[in-house]
Amino acid sequence: MLKLLNKYAQKLVNHGLCLPDTPLVGGVNDCVLWNRQDPHSTELEKIVAGLNINSIILARPVEPFASILDYHCRNCTAEFVPEDTETRTFLHAIPVARSLTAAEIIPLLQKRKGCVVEGQGIIATGTVSPEQAFVVFSSIIFSAFVKFFVDYAYVLQTGAADEEAREMLPALLATYDQFLPNDPTVELEAGTFSTPDEIVQAMIAAGRATVDARMVDSFFGNISYFAHDNVYISQTGSSLDELASCIDACPLDNSACTGITASSELVAHRDIYLGGEQRAILHGHPKFSVIMSMLCFEEQCQNRGKCHIRCKKERFIGDIPIIPGEVGTGPRGLSRTLPPAVQGRRGAIVYGHGVFTVGHKDFREAFTNLSAIEDQCRQAYLQLIADLSAGSAQG
Amino acid sequence: MHGWSGKILRVNLSDQTTDDLRLNPDIYARNIGGKGLAGELLFDHFQRGWDDPQLPLVFMTGPLNNTVSPTSGRMTVMSRSPLTGAVCDASVGGKMGTLLKRAGYDGMILSGTSRNWCGLNISESGVSFCDATSLCGLEISAIHTRLQAAPGMDQGAHAMIGPAAEQGVRFAAIVFDGHYFAGRGGLGLVMAEKHLKHISVSGGLKTAVFDRAELQAAQEEIYRLVSASPILTGDLGISNYGTGALYDLMRSRRMMPTANFRQTYFEHSAAMNAAAYKNRYRTKKFGCAGCHILCKKIGAKGEIIPEFETMSHFSSLVGNRDLEAVVEANRICNEAGMDTISAGVTLATYAEISEQELAPEKMLGLLADIAAGRGEGTALGQGSLRFTQEAGRPEVAMVSKGMEFPAYDPRGAQGMALAYATSTRGGCHLRAYPISHEILRKPVSTDRFSLSGKARIIKISEDMNAVVDSLTACKFLFFAASLEEYARALNAVTGMQTSAQQLLATGERIYYRERIMNARNGFDASDDDIPARFFTESGSSSATIQVAPLDRQEFLQERAAYYRIRGLDENGLPTAEKCAALELPC
Repeated sequence: MLKLLNKYAQKLVNHGLCLPDTPLVGGVNDCVLWNRQDPHSTELEKIVAGLNINSIILARPVEPFASILDYHCRNCTAEFVPEDTETRTFLHAIPVARSLTAAEIIPLLQKRKGCVVEGQGIIATGTVSPEQAFVVFSSIIFSAFVKFFVDYAYVLQTGAADEEAREMLPALLATYDQFLPNDPTVELEAGTFSTPDEIVQAMIAAGRATVDARMVDSFFGNISYFAHDNVYISQTGSSLDELASCIDACPLDNSACTGITASSELVAHRDIYLGGEQRAILHGHPKFSVIMSMLCFEEQCQNRGKCHIRCKKERFIGDIPIIPGEVGTGPRGLSRTLPPAVQGRRGAIVYGHGVFTVGHKDFREAFTNLSAIEDQCRQAYLQLIADLSAGSAQG
Repeated sequence: MHGWSGKILRVNLSDQTTDDLRLNPDIYARNIGGKGLAGELLFDHFQRGWDDPQLPLVFMTGPLNNTVSPTSGRMTVMSRSPLTGAVCDASVGGKMGTLLKRAGYDGMILSGTSRNWCGLNISESGVSFCDATSLCGLEISAIHTRLQAAPGMDQGAHAMIGPAAEQGVRFAAIVFDGHYFAGRGGLGLVMAEKHLKHISVSGGLKTAVFDRAELQAAQEEIYRLVSASPILTGDLGISNYGTGALYDLMRSRRMMPTANFRQTYFEHSAAMNAAAYKNRYRTKKFGCAGCHILCKKIGAKGEIIPEFETMSHFSSLVGNRDLEAVVEANRICNEAGMDTISAGVTLATYAEISEQELAPEKMLGLLADIAAGRGEGTALGQGSLRFTQEAGRPEVAMVSKGMEFPAYDPRGAQGMALAYATSTRGGCHLRAYPISHEILRKPVSTDRFSLSGKARIIKISEDMNAVVDSLTACKFLFFAASLEEYARALNAVTGMQTSAQQLLATGERIYYRERIMNARNGFDASDDDIPARFFTESGSSSATIQVAPLDRQEFLQERAAYYRIRGLDENGLPTAEKCAALELPC
């Protein structure tokens, strides 16, 4: 148990989300075990006693995330509700506590998987593993970040300005720069890969590179390679930086169901391969791509509020389409919208969700495309708010 | 009331009278429905023997039945098991849960014994009894056809018992709508003891919903998660391949029970997977009322395709390489109305004791003998434990609390060892189902070759599944959704203001009550165990997967931790302190 607690404490640090030695991670079996001593553990043990959980994390994230969380705390009454896919599917809402007390926090965690404690950080829980708490922690940061920048642009677009957010913005962008790696480019192996071992090794390297480039969080994202009539794909709920033993080979003829644990996007990946010459697909959740996908200023649109499933407008960032689609294979699933959108292109952005990119031989191209699309979206966002700010100032 | 009708049908089969039981709304809220409410109603009767006429057989729906809440059309059947003597409840699909609500009832409590074989007909306009002697000896499909032919009952729901129950088979099932089984533990034999051959239900009443818009929103959340689940709706998931989709996974993980759990890999299994059935039988989907996953499969010529457990036990466990023999074995069990898991394991113990491989003809012949109560089948129909005890070889009975294990070898998913041991109904995978995280990676993956820290996970999962069975939802949905989404649905239907964690607390009380019921009948730590074989013999390892024996000391340590977490004493018995905390009689 202690090994697991230390693993996820370190992972929060390795992912750049927390400073070293700050995450407090608790594991519960018949007693509570902590990764380190901390004065908060007494109150957290009261919280644990009031819940049926087996793991808990308390940590204050680094900047810019800490300031963004505090901003949301100041500007909501009891909870805030981002509209990205991770929130819609998984978190539903992010409750806010004003004090780190069991009395205030237990009722919040009875309903949700995690909460923000104003000025203190995030408390996240799991019922089977600290990994769950890590995923919740990471998702809250992602969703809060996306919400901040999306909301800011929409307020500007109305001609008003959120003064508090505007004052925060330069520091947030500067510290976000520090969060990102200095050099996001990596030397991935050149293809084409033919043996299963070569394929798996290439996928492990590309997955890790995507995490290191901070283009995906926790266990979201997926990756695949097509060879010998098999789609080699990361398993559902696998972390892209831990893909060893987490890749399923799924035969195109469906002669075996071993890949039942494969990513929920197997069908989308498979249909992309069947429709073109691609060999590699990479899917991440780079933040500004998600933010830009959620910014649409179409007036009086009848699909407003249902953009993620109903948007019919042809939207692009440069040559990259923004498409609707829910996770998976449902009637509004991205398994239906993504394959046609990707054909003949570098990739596509799924509304509120993330980016899928392709490579014709190996992961170099897919990774480069992912990085370039995110950079393009970030520049587009900065230009957008500059334009909106100018318009707002003129108005 | 919203969600519940507030009325439970009480049937006395001895004098064929009925009345309505109306419970305090607080009892509904504390027990939810299904398994919870059935346990509440059985509690005071549970020291009666399974063949005591006054022991109730309870059928209970939940508040979400007959609403648009996803996969919530199931119901619970509960009584005391003739196979184990322990608590025995089954979550069953089909449409009876929905139609019982439409007839105006939350459930029914059956007690007494009819003088002759009878049937019970329930509708919104009344309840009646009929003579059912003419149905005796018929196979399930024939009984179902006749019941559907009754005036106005072609769209009705029908629960029935088959020849196995009539012959005293201790793992006889109750079969719903011809295809859905309250399969485990011999509930069919309890129904047979009451001389009740069938229950037929029709109705058209609606269930009051507190907030339809909110329920719609909860439904969308759940559907979204289902669509995102590769296990449920993925290309290789159970919607396309049935539960048999798990077969390849068990093979590849080297945890497929083989040769009565002496091995964990069956070399012929690659050719007997779900894809093979799909190709051979050109399968189509069908399933429970109100479900869009449709996990059941039927062949082009009407062949019922076996579920995962049946596929596995009638192939690897008994050493059968003939796919068609698996389908036929399944058909025999279905038509007789008996549990395929217990039947498969009992045949495997027979094969081990008699030191013979079961050729398909022998396997099918023995199954027919069990169903007919003739020859060697008479002893086999008493289940593995009694059969092996009779043969002087109880150590080869692969059971816990006398119930045979399903198709997950605990050496390949060690949490399963603790889950089998602590299950209140015995060798059952469905109480905690650690396969979800140890193999299927939901909600996240855990180390399948370690028991460390699993005690609390097992306890939480038992509580969660107690809630699921009380709601009465489908456990498969919880590969995708969680109690967080279902709490929203429950609140929307009933007007309650509960949460996921509060529901877990309710589940804890429901499960602890079952521990009390078992303790009152003499169950203790010696029953919370699994056979010695798993601690002394390795599974079938490969170059990359080592399937070692379980560590007995680690198992006992984790079981002791489970007792502390559950609030039981060192002997696995309820404590006065915990009973008081849960407001349960000790």
